[in-house]
Amino acid sequence: MARKLLLTNINVPGINTFDVYRANGGYASVEKALKTMSPDEIVEEVKKSGLRGRGGAGFPTGMKWSFLAKPEGVARYLVCNADESEPGTFKDRYLMTYIPHLLIEGMIVASFALGAKTSYIYVRGEMMPQIRILEKAIAEAKNKGFLGKNILGTGYDLELYVQPGGGAYICGEETALLESLEGKRGNPRIKPPFPAIAGLYGCPTVVNNVESIAAVVPIINEGGEEYAKIGIGRSTGTKLISAGGNVKNPGVYEIDLGLPVEEFLYSDEYCGGIANGKRLKAVVAGGSSVPILPANLFLKTINNEPRLMSYESLADGGFVSGTMLGSGGFIAYDEDQCIVRNTWNFTRFYHHESCGQCSPCREGTGWMEKVLHRLEHGHGKLSDMDLLVDVSKKIEGNTICPLGDAAAWPVASAIRHFRDEFEWHVTNGAEAVTRNFGLAHYADPLPKKEETVA
Amino acid sequence: MKVTIDGIAIDVEPGTTILNAARQIGGDIVPPAMCYYSKLKDSGGKCRTCLVKVSKGSEKDPRPMPKLVASCRTTVMDGMEVQNITSPEVIEARKGIVEILLLNHPLDCPICDQAGECDLQNLGFEHGAAKTRYEFDRRTFEKIDIGDKIQLHMTRCILCYRCVFTADQITDHRIHGILNRGDHSEISTYIQAAVDNDFSGNVIDVCPVGALTDKTFRFKNRVWFTKPVDAHRDCDHPGCNGKVTLWYKGEEVLRVTARKDQYGEVEEFICNTCRFDKKKTSDWVIDGPRHISNKSVINANHYDFVPLPVVKTNPVLIEANKEQFERDTRL
Repeated sequence: MARKLLLTNINVPGINTFDVYRANGGYASVEKALKTMSPDEIVEEVKKSGLRGRGGAGFPTGMKWSFLAKPEGVARYLVCNADESEPGTFKDRYLMTYIPHLLIEGMIVASFALGAKTSYIYVRGEMMPQIRILEKAIAEAKNKGFLGKNILGTGYDLELYVQPGGGAYICGEETALLESLEGKRGNPRIKPPFPAIAGLYGCPTVVNNVESIAAVVPIINEGGEEYAKIGIGRSTGTKLISAGGNVKNPGVYEIDLGLPVEEFLYSDEYCGGIANGKRLKAVVAGGSSVPILPANLFLKTINNEPRLMSYESLADGGFVSGTMLGSGGFIAYDEDQCIVRNTWNFTRFYHHESCGQCSPCREGTGWMEKVLHRLEHGHGKLSDMDLLVDVSKKIEGNTICPLGDAAAWPVASAIRHFRDEFEWHVTNGAEAVTRNFGLAHYADPLPKKEETVA
Repeated sequence: MKVTIDGIAIDVEPGTTILNAARQIGGDIVPPAMCYYSKLKDSGGKCRTCLVKVSKGSEKDPRPMPKLVASCRTTVMDGMEVQNITSPEVIEARKGIVEILLLNHPLDCPICDQAGECDLQNLGFEHGAAKTRYEFDRRTFEKIDIGDKIQLHMTRCILCYRCVFTADQITDHRIHGILNRGDHSEISTYIQAAVDNDFSGNVIDVCPVGALTDKTFRFKNRVWFTKPVDAHRDCDHPGCNGKVTLWYKGEEVLRVTARKDQYGEVEEFICNTCRFDKKKTSDWVIDGPRHISNKSVINANHYDFVPLPVVKTNPVLIEANKEQFERDTRL
């Protein structure tokens, strides 16, 4: 059993209240950081830990913090991105619901490190209970002197606000989030300038995911080097994975990065295998926007090495035979799931959530959705697959924000790996609306790699 | 700062965008722009037709940029090398963008007042494919009325946001904006308020397509049958200097617009009095005929010489043929 860092005390009754959280060693990092460390030392510690952004892109958090511009006389802001709306990801909601003080503790330490006097937690609009929980927790912390003026007598002031969003997926993109936080329409900004130079209200801003900020707490408590010992290679520390789909035990799991995916999927400690004794067909490893992989390619990389839950190993093989860790929204599909329908469903989501600012994403997602709808309902053509790949290529990389890429990758990868299933939907159109394609050979072992004569 | 675009080097001021550097060079290497408008701050970056490839970031950091970049919003660096029409990747991407822009466009050019001076027409003609692969119903919108001077055709809109920026920066308050999200987002006023402002007519000029047209000119004539003539008057409105283009049909002034340069951008914004109310020659002092690029269809009905009979030795026609041939075979 691996050691947990974030969810250590998750099963302690009443951990959502300040007193129980404090009695279990909570807010120790605030005391340590504010009383014994300088802001630069904290940033250095986070750098040493090798913590990478947990929101999806995996950018090193310490680097991000050190890029923050620090002009004289200009306020700096820390914004926590709790607009978790990726289909398949629900780890932040879990964290905020059950252990809200962990996030607040992390926010205090991170704000101190960045010199922010005002910090925001931007929570997705649908998460009303979590907003109330956070507000209650903030009130408790303020009452005990951990927020507000002169925290713990160190002279550091911090105001922490919770801002509900309107429930738009696009507001999880950091610049759209800032626009929305400023009270404008949530359209992503054109970069540069990056938020580290001109973010919220034109001031230098850092936007971090809930889990990244929460992970600062164990880093400060135990030191960056201790934290970096967990994990493998450049993927250090632990990661929350929200397992969903057809697994026996869906839920949020904290894993050490570098855990073999086979163990994660089949051991009783984690997912416990596929529900109802079925077989695995495909996996989306990091939330709906990462490429989907068939079971055989997911469990083993193209070189027949076991795949691990880490940023590098999941991305092994690039977009041809790999995927991404993303935000940790692990969705497993059993043999009875239809990949065409799933792809259509994802595309429908991106079509609905596209902000409409730049043309490839605005029009292209709608086009892909209509073509996939046609395929799923048995009216497709064999040329539709090439059309979809071509449209996804026209969107990918040509948009302002990563939503275009996120909409293009699942479609391109589904056609790459499940082309026979798409073709079956065309050739057996009438049958395709009554039954599913089934497992086919997607779970067969990978063929032996051909030895090339040197 | 030295920047090289398609092999042509030019020295520009720091802070210049790639698009403006290309415009300083001029010619075929200027990327098309549907949403960027040099007179409007913060415009651009949305339509993605001006995508270019940066094959060398700068002298200091020669790595190429990983993606195509929007040239209207990317500032040049010293020693930057940019590929526009020399990069097949850019040509391919641009073709895709044009197809995507035309996806839900109604293509009602035969009844559209903008036809002939429409940026989207020009773009489709120069960079687009001959056919679309789109086989579904085109998106439509509920019609809304935005006042007695300006006609809104939302179906033709490509959401360049230019009219939003115009209302923010040229007029003193903005009534219209973008409602909704994704491909059903639309330019609209909330609960059908009228767009009525001293400078609101400028949204007609900045609109690259026929989404915002002049109601006083509606269905009066095709633009290529009218003669553009520069004129001015002493406008008493502060902020308007009364320099306009009058569009004549015979003796009659059919419409008044601001003077537009070769990129379809107005030189100076004009007020609504000049645009909508002064439609008599006696209101204006004539400056002379407006020069229109000979590539424009407005020039097809050439007004400054009598059309010649088509004879094989006619040098003008041979020249015109050559130009047409070049235009057709360039890509």
